[in-house]
Amino acid sequence: MTEPLYYFIQQLLNGLTVGSTYALIAIGYTMVYGIIGMINFAHGEVYMIGSYIAFIVLAALALLGLDSLALMLIGAFAISMIVTSAYGFSIERVAYRPLRGGNRLIPLISAIGMSIFLQNVVRLAQGSRDIAMPSLITGGWSIGPEEGFHATLSYMQLVIFIVTFITMTALTLFISRSRMGRACRACAEDIKMTNLLGINTNNVIALTFVIGAALAAVAGVLLSLYYGVINPYIGFMAGLKAFTAAVLGGIGSIPGAVLGGLLLGVTEAITAGYFSTEYKDVVAFSLLILILLFRPTGILGRPEVEKV
Amino acid sequence: MSQALLEVSGLTMRFGGLLAVNNVALRIDKGQVVSIIGPNGAGKTTVFNCLTGFYQPTSGSVRFQGEEVSGLPGFRIARKGMVRTFQHVRLFKEMTAVENLLVAQHMHLNTNFLAGLLKTPGFRRSEREAMQLAAYWLEQVDLLDVANRPAGTLAYGQQRRLEIARCMMTKPSLLMLDEPAAGLNPKETDDLKALISLLRDQHAVSVLLIEHDMKLVMSISDHIYVINQGTPLADGTPQQVHNNPDVIKAYLGEA
Repeated sequence: MTEPLYYFIQQLLNGLTVGSTYALIAIGYTMVYGIIGMINFAHGEVYMIGSYIAFIVLAALALLGLDSLALMLIGAFAISMIVTSAYGFSIERVAYRPLRGGNRLIPLISAIGMSIFLQNVVRLAQGSRDIAMPSLITGGWSIGPEEGFHATLSYMQLVIFIVTFITMTALTLFISRSRMGRACRACAEDIKMTNLLGINTNNVIALTFVIGAALAAVAGVLLSLYYGVINPYIGFMAGLKAFTAAVLGGIGSIPGAVLGGLLLGVTEAITAGYFSTEYKDVVAFSLLILILLFRPTGILGRPEVEKV
Repeated sequence: MSQALLEVSGLTMRFGGLLAVNNVALRIDKGQVVSIIGPNGAGKTTVFNCLTGFYQPTSGSVRFQGEEVSGLPGFRIARKGMVRTFQHVRLFKEMTAVENLLVAQHMHLNTNFLAGLLKTPGFRRSEREAMQLAAYWLEQVDLLDVANRPAGTLAYGQQRRLEIARCMMTKPSLLMLDEPAAGLNPKETDDLKALISLLRDQHAVSVLLIEHDMKLVMSISDHIYVINQGTPLADGTPQQVHNNPDVIKAYLGEA
């Protein structure tokens, strides 16, 4: 009798796991959109680069014979976040800033170009084959009876929940309490006015790209360890999913991105668990179309007020 | 003649074929309240936009405290001490009243990112000072009791006062107000007049005003410039402008 229940719990756990990483990536989309009204389509590639950096760090540490789990995790997260931050900063500086102020379509095209460029750079440097990530964290807890059917919360899933929670809390505190966070919120409401109050808004925009890239790196490290496989093309799908999550929650809203990410992850897992794995992308993107048709502002988004 | 606080000459702004501002000259000395008046669409706001870096003027010179500022980005001009409001309220509506003020204090705070991360004593002190200054200005504009309300929920008159307080947080030497009395009732307009006088007399701020409320303009200005169809029409003391036949004609049309 309880078998369906444990099956459902398992799908829910799987969905929340993937969903929280979608949320991490979606924040990068939503923050950039909130401030400069642009969709950074190269963001998925930043996530992909984050996983490659993690792989390189783990391989290098293994070569040096350093195999302490804590060191490997901290090294992978820290270096991956630092390198992708540099990517985020450079992408904005090179591909978007010179085009700002013109037609909104121009940076969008530039973003697509940047995305193709980054994907191919990684493909040429690392090869286009799948690369296996080492499984650092194995094992888990079973929920339900030891014998018979039960749900499992793997330690890797637990790590994903904890890391995501810490990251989100840090981001929330930064945005609500810190001085730069205040400037970010001001820019999101009225960037020109913020500029006229003496704030260098270019710096705020650059910071937004850096934060988004660092969060994408966190997702990149987590998901690559969870799935165990990376290749240069993973950024495309992850980027689209996170974009869907951001739109679902209400683009421009950070809590919306988190909600949208979790909702999308759970929807996918439920589809895969009860219907068919092949249909999970169909359902995910149907959701995007439905949201765009019936509630374009998303769950937590507000209708955009025309600014003069 | 001593150095002017703001000296504008030959200011011209063209949008394609439209000559919005044509060869405008202005001069503001320290401690003065100067007004720009003119019929609707005369180009007054465009002048403001050119002065504050919102637009890049087609030609002309804008010298602020002896320094050429035209062509600088808006935040650089603000940091030099020139700050403005808009015709419509442009507060950060979702942020509280006090947060609105703290944003404007940003540029005077210790901007070292690391100091903020480590919460050094210097950083804490600058945060405390910012808070004190914000409390001071909230009190000056009588908004201390609504300090923690989102700015968007305040009454219209309160929002307009909050905007002026926010400008004052940047410690400007020139405050530019674009129709500050629009939509205010007579009592609020009187309060506004008192506030402008206070800013000039006690905080050494010069004020450049665009305003349609002639009673306010005539009673508070040291000097008035009249612009019509982007072109300077007349200037002088309130009395001189009031009696100028060209000005009367521009406002009322020919008899």
